[in-house]
Amino acid sequence: MHVVELEKVARELGLRKEEYERILAILGRVPTLTEIAMFSVEWSEHCGYPHSRKWLELLPREGHFEVLVGEDAGGIVYDDVVIVFKMESHNHPSQIEPKQGAATGIGGIIRDILGSGARPIACLDSLHFGPLEDPRSRYVMRGVVEGIAWYGNCVGVPTVAGEVWFYPAFRGNCLVNVMCLGIAPRGKLARARARGVGNAILYVGNRTGRDGIGGCSILASQEFAESEEKRPSVQIGDPFTEKCLIEATLEALATGFVVGIKDMGAAGLTCSSSEMAASGESGVDIDLDRVPVREEGMEAWEIMMSESQERMLLCVEKGHEEEIRSIFKKWGLEAEVIGRVTDTGRVTIRYRGEVVADIPAKELVRPPVYTPERVRPAYLDAVNSLTLDDVPLPGDFREAFEKLLGSPNLASKRWIFEQYDHMVQTNTVILPGTGTVVLRVKGKPWGIAVTTDCNPFYCYLDPYKGAQIAVAEAARNLAACGARPAGVTDCLNFGNPEKPDRYWQFVAAISGLSEACRFFKIPVVSGNVSFYNESPLGAVYPTPTVGMVGIVQDVTKALRGCFSKEESLVLLFGETKEELGGSEYLRIVHGIEAGPPPSLDLGFEKRLQEFLIQCIEDGLFLSCCDVSEGGLAIAVAEAALSGEKAFGVEVDLAPFEGFREDVLLFGESCGRALASVSPACFEEIAGRAKRWGIPCVLLGRVGGDHLVFRRGSQVLFSVPVTEALRIWEGALAKYV
Amino acid sequence: MRFGVVVFPGSNCDYDCFYVLRDVLGQEVVFLWHGDEDLRGCDCVVLPGGFSYGDYLRTGAIARFSPIMSSVRDFALSGGVVLGICNGFQILLESGLLPGALLPNRSGRFICRYVFLRVERTDTPFTLLFAPGEVIRIPIAHYQGNFFLPQDELSELERRGQVLFRYCGPSGEVEEAWNPNGSANNIAGIVSLNLCVMGMMPHPERASEELLGSTDGRRIFLSVVKWLEEKRHARCGA
Repeated sequence: MHVVELEKVARELGLRKEEYERILAILGRVPTLTEIAMFSVEWSEHCGYPHSRKWLELLPREGHFEVLVGEDAGGIVYDDVVIVFKMESHNHPSQIEPKQGAATGIGGIIRDILGSGARPIACLDSLHFGPLEDPRSRYVMRGVVEGIAWYGNCVGVPTVAGEVWFYPAFRGNCLVNVMCLGIAPRGKLARARARGVGNAILYVGNRTGRDGIGGCSILASQEFAESEEKRPSVQIGDPFTEKCLIEATLEALATGFVVGIKDMGAAGLTCSSSEMAASGESGVDIDLDRVPVREEGMEAWEIMMSESQERMLLCVEKGHEEEIRSIFKKWGLEAEVIGRVTDTGRVTIRYRGEVVADIPAKELVRPPVYTPERVRPAYLDAVNSLTLDDVPLPGDFREAFEKLLGSPNLASKRWIFEQYDHMVQTNTVILPGTGTVVLRVKGKPWGIAVTTDCNPFYCYLDPYKGAQIAVAEAARNLAACGARPAGVTDCLNFGNPEKPDRYWQFVAAISGLSEACRFFKIPVVSGNVSFYNESPLGAVYPTPTVGMVGIVQDVTKALRGCFSKEESLVLLFGETKEELGGSEYLRIVHGIEAGPPPSLDLGFEKRLQEFLIQCIEDGLFLSCCDVSEGGLAIAVAEAALSGEKAFGVEVDLAPFEGFREDVLLFGESCGRALASVSPACFEEIAGRAKRWGIPCVLLGRVGGDHLVFRRGSQVLFSVPVTEALRIWEGALAKYV
Repeated sequence: MRFGVVVFPGSNCDYDCFYVLRDVLGQEVVFLWHGDEDLRGCDCVVLPGGFSYGDYLRTGAIARFSPIMSSVRDFALSGGVVLGICNGFQILLESGLLPGALLPNRSGRFICRYVFLRVERTDTPFTLLFAPGEVIRIPIAHYQGNFFLPQDELSELERRGQVLFRYCGPSGEVEEAWNPNGSANNIAGIVSLNLCVMGMMPHPERASEELLGSTDGRRIFLSVVKWLEEKRHARCGA
């Protein structure tokens, strides 16, 4: 191919002029077409993180527990178990082809965990869509849920938790952030490296086809106008093969003859071969004629860039190839030795008797770093100028309450999570919908609590504080079931980083995230950055999704969020402040989208959380949940309605003096939690709260068949439990 | 007493059943590979839930042709105890060991949730430890659990008392409102004429430990243990 044409191809694949020149310098010659393809995917935003890598160094890596950070996922060590977890985005594929986009997102993140040598034990999803009134958004939401159910249920990993948000900012670009968690015995983690001259490079799993070619560089590394043409770039998943791949891989790893292993996900064979070589300080020599392919006549660059799903690359000790191959064959999977480890430090690719690529591995995995200009977005001042005096009190509190209870962001997500098998593997101790989800680890007295959190609207109003609130809320959710936060994985979703205001949002959010994590001493063990989340409709809200994992020391004491007993007392911990900014109440009831978001006192948060954990460990609570979006009224309603039996409750706001009623009912002040307790424990708890400096208000009592909110003698509203249930449980189904 | 849990490619509740039998109930249990024919002397064969062969073609349709199933068939026809759960139930239907078909759920969606079941008879190997009409709580998790039989065959099934579990309300009311998937007559589980082959959509292995919220499921396994023990004693005593 002519040099001018090569440069053109390089540009089409997203390589900048100066990047192309660097390639010329690295190779000392004109690159081949295959080499250009390989550089383009390795240096793409999706694989190489050129715009974010510098900032990721801000994130803390140390916490209360030992941290292990591997090539593809990280984890923490507790007892003699490594808990590995990671979150990743699959936004653009899901917007274009919702079912397959979401499904292959699940497949990919499961293989990341599998590649670390851990058995995947749970998945979570943080989903963001446009409003359900919009038909296209409904289609995307239905497809994404269907894809997660179809793939996740078949593959036998329970989908246990997550969050779902609906805002207009996600109409043209949904967010599908998927998280997977796995466990392995301490010391049994696998590495993503090729090492030992002469060792075999073994290709296993599905055959390679032309599907998903350039999926990551094309789809995830530039803004996109939603286009049918890009559908071929979306990969197609096969959960049955993935299930077999999980079992075969774990069986193979148990032999002790696997030196290294890596998922062939984004950027496929290019990424796995070059990164395994680089991290093993080795070279690899691969013959593409031996790669199992789906069709004849594929070009070398197509094989190298294909993102066909359910494939892994292994480095196997010389002499044990057949033993490992036979395991994969037993599970009905392809398994072919396609190359060997060398000491050249180069990734050498051969095809049809010719060398089609020969690149120093370390150069390939060293993408450029960009820190473009950043400018504080102009909109921030305008949207943060709320004065409460301009907000009228609602004429009818019941109407306002019911409107919020039935709004998609606050309504029950049962319609979604019941479509996911959240019980397979029989570890789910606290089920989704009833509180923070807790998993047991068979044979251990302790358990694992998991959550994902981020309020994207807060982050839009204030990316720095929004990110901090996300960390605080995640930790508070864990504390509410009795878990101490142990580690974070993050998925940072932003617009085009080449636009200065978007890049400012990113830097502000990651700074907030890292400071909050540092404050709580929670290490960020893994994560993912997703830029270019914008469509002709504009950029998404900046969304730094936090996936947090915590430890419950005694899993039998893990606490649910729902009320469990008539006549128990309802307590509110924490301070309610005169603030409504960023609240769902303002958006839904008044149509006001304005901040600032609630204030945050990290020191108080930490104290409150430790207080909650100790009360739960001492068996003082019957239920506990955090108070967040929708405020106290929605938190009380959720606690009343979400158990297998719904309860009535009577709440009296008389103890609060001088507050507006809507602030008390619907304000979203941080640092608050709701608990139900046995009357016999009340004195002990109140005394303890006083000693800890935690405001504690006795709100009322569980019982009756209405949700009643009063302020002294004035009944603000009273809704029959059956009616509240109908509104809350029926909201999502109404749209879909 | 030895249990065998069959592993098909795509089974995903195989280990869950194995764990309950071995670790919770202290029974001897082995995995049986789909490609083998040897039942390894098992007294009870469990066909676990999951997506055998990816549910491709039709749920259970490919699994019935695997080598192990011809042995399971012979075993069942000679009075061996076979328990099919969820996908295992579907495989039993495809194999002709039980009558009927499981259609996609009426809602067209996968459903994972706890349901109430009414125990319809207690003189089978699977229900010895229940009281007649007892209401139990066990989760379902399936996309195709809508039990179907043509009307005349359904009447015949009912007449012969082959219905073991029905979806019901918390007080045992068998009503349409408590039917999660559209099953004919709220049927959740049925048994063969010789009472030794049972298929059910709910997952007893998920309701066998206090920590997970219900122990009703373990009594199904324990019933089998008791039944096998009594049978063995009877044989020994004879």
